[in-house]
Amino acid sequence: MLLSINDLSVRFATAAGTADAVASLSFAIEEGETLAIVGESGSGKSVSALAIMGLVPNPPGRVTSGQIVFRRRNGSTEDLLRASSARLRDIRGNEIAMVFQEPLAALSPVFTIGEQIAESLRLHQRKSHADAMRMAVRMLGSLGISEPEMRARSYPHQISGGMAQRVMIAMAMACRPRLLIADEPTTALDVTIQAEILSLIRQMKEETGMAVLFITHNLGVVAQIADRVAVMYAGRLVEEGPTKQIFSSPRMPYTSGLLASVPRLVTDDSPLVLSAIPGEPPSPLAHPRGCAFHPRCRYAVKGLCDTTPPPLRDLGNGQAARCLRIDEIVGGAT
Amino acid sequence: MTDLLRRLFRTRQGAFGVSILMIVTLICLLGPALAPYSPDRMDFLGRFAAPGVRHWLGADQFGRDELSRLLYGARDTVPAALLATLAGTLVGAVLGTLSAYAGGSWDEAIMRTIDAVMAIPGLLLALLIASTLGGGEQSALLAIAIAFAPGMARITRSVALAARQEEYVAAAIARGESGVRIVFAEMLPNVIAPVIVETTIRVSFAVMLLATLSFLGLGAQPPSSEWGLLVSDGRTYLHDAPWLVLVPGAAIAISAIGFNLLGDGLRDALNPRDER
Repeated sequence: MLLSINDLSVRFATAAGTADAVASLSFAIEEGETLAIVGESGSGKSVSALAIMGLVPNPPGRVTSGQIVFRRRNGSTEDLLRASSARLRDIRGNEIAMVFQEPLAALSPVFTIGEQIAESLRLHQRKSHADAMRMAVRMLGSLGISEPEMRARSYPHQISGGMAQRVMIAMAMACRPRLLIADEPTTALDVTIQAEILSLIRQMKEETGMAVLFITHNLGVVAQIADRVAVMYAGRLVEEGPTKQIFSSPRMPYTSGLLASVPRLVTDDSPLVLSAIPGEPPSPLAHPRGCAFHPRCRYAVKGLCDTTPPPLRDLGNGQAARCLRIDEIVGGAT
Repeated sequence: MTDLLRRLFRTRQGAFGVSILMIVTLICLLGPALAPYSPDRMDFLGRFAAPGVRHWLGADQFGRDELSRLLYGARDTVPAALLATLAGTLVGAVLGTLSAYAGGSWDEAIMRTIDAVMAIPGLLLALLIASTLGGGEQSALLAIAIAFAPGMARITRSVALAARQEEYVAAAIARGESGVRIVFAEMLPNVIAPVIVETTIRVSFAVMLLATLSFLGLGAQPPSSEWGLLVSDGRTYLHDAPWLVLVPGAAIAISAIGFNLLGDGLRDALNPRDER
């Protein structure tokens, strides 16, 4: 077990009341594994990633309970929510690295990208500035960026989003982290660049054997990259399991709805039907009673789903789902 | 850098300001070489000489050449004003950025202290500090720096608060950078542009404040020919020899205008909404 999150809750204090962004979330990542967290905007997937890095904006956000246990390179374990800031600084960037959604916003506008890569190299390793700069140029070259010497002297506003994301990945990989958190790293990029970034992450993973926590709302990306999938809805984990299994036999109606709403190529004889989940995600200020998904679920039963919160049930084959009618709707969920 | 100068010259204020300041700088550098006399050379036959062939800008009550005193005095005035402003800016910018980065009770503590200091008018505060420190060129300089720091802290904080929300700060934390490094290496370089504009405008205030303190006897002391002191000395003879006040007064005003125009020009040249 590389990272295990137990009973994590994150609460945001807003003018309209408190919002439960993440509610008693638990999951684990094994060494070398790629776990994708999927969910709509506001499902709490990004906040969970920020919590691992200690980046939940405070105020208004606050981690109200839980543990985030990380196994370090030297074998010792550390609860990231309670570790001293010196220890955290030693882990961040060095053992856990993060790639953000907007690569151009995550780079400082006033330094060249070469300087920024070099500084991230120097942060956890003793190196002279000149050495770090040479390494930075070499890294740019190995990322498939042409004319790396010239590119190293460019400022972020002079490069494209795809190149900036490659630079971010280079910076994240500088210390060969054991866990890479990628928060929607391809969402802001166009589709062809998306594929390049995904294969770059996969290549880095193969070279270093790191684990990846991949946050996305794009199921196509999940199918390409993830070993396991965790689906989040309204701040809770609602289904979890090996990617193939989740895609072929989802057990929670929300997961089936998500899978069904992926647009597919259609042939002339089949009608173009883009299925969608009715309704909209609940406001984090007032999650529905009972199962949070019941107002949008076509299997919801009055008197059951709207009163009893469903437990996460282990289905025995590595899959777990949160649905009260799990036994009744087997097979019919798609 | 050359790009910035080009953009600066494209605006009329910028071109004017830079031209004025280049002349002022030349005077500071070459003043003693250009001066026709030593600033302390007394000429009893030439007392209160009106501007003319012998003394271009007239002479004072001891017959000292006003032009020479002005050229020498530039060295006591402009660099001191610049230094005082830079010191105040540096302290203020660091405090403001720190305040924005730390947030919470640190932010409250720093900003409420600054509010308290800012409740006292700038000139009064500078007077108070200068007189407490016992007057003289150095204490005047320090007084101005201290009087400027709170305002600079406020301005820097407002820019830094926006920078704090930027993702590159989150990325820096995620990279394991320390708070000190984030303040100095990530946030300060990104908030410095608007601060530089404010700094240049403030140098013009500093020139006037420094002259004011000297005028009141709390800044440079005789026989220095600091410009404020020249005005103060000449004031007694305003009726008979008005050039003794008008000449240094004009020098103060022109340099102040120079810095002001440079500030305006820089504000336009550094505007990120402009094309790069």
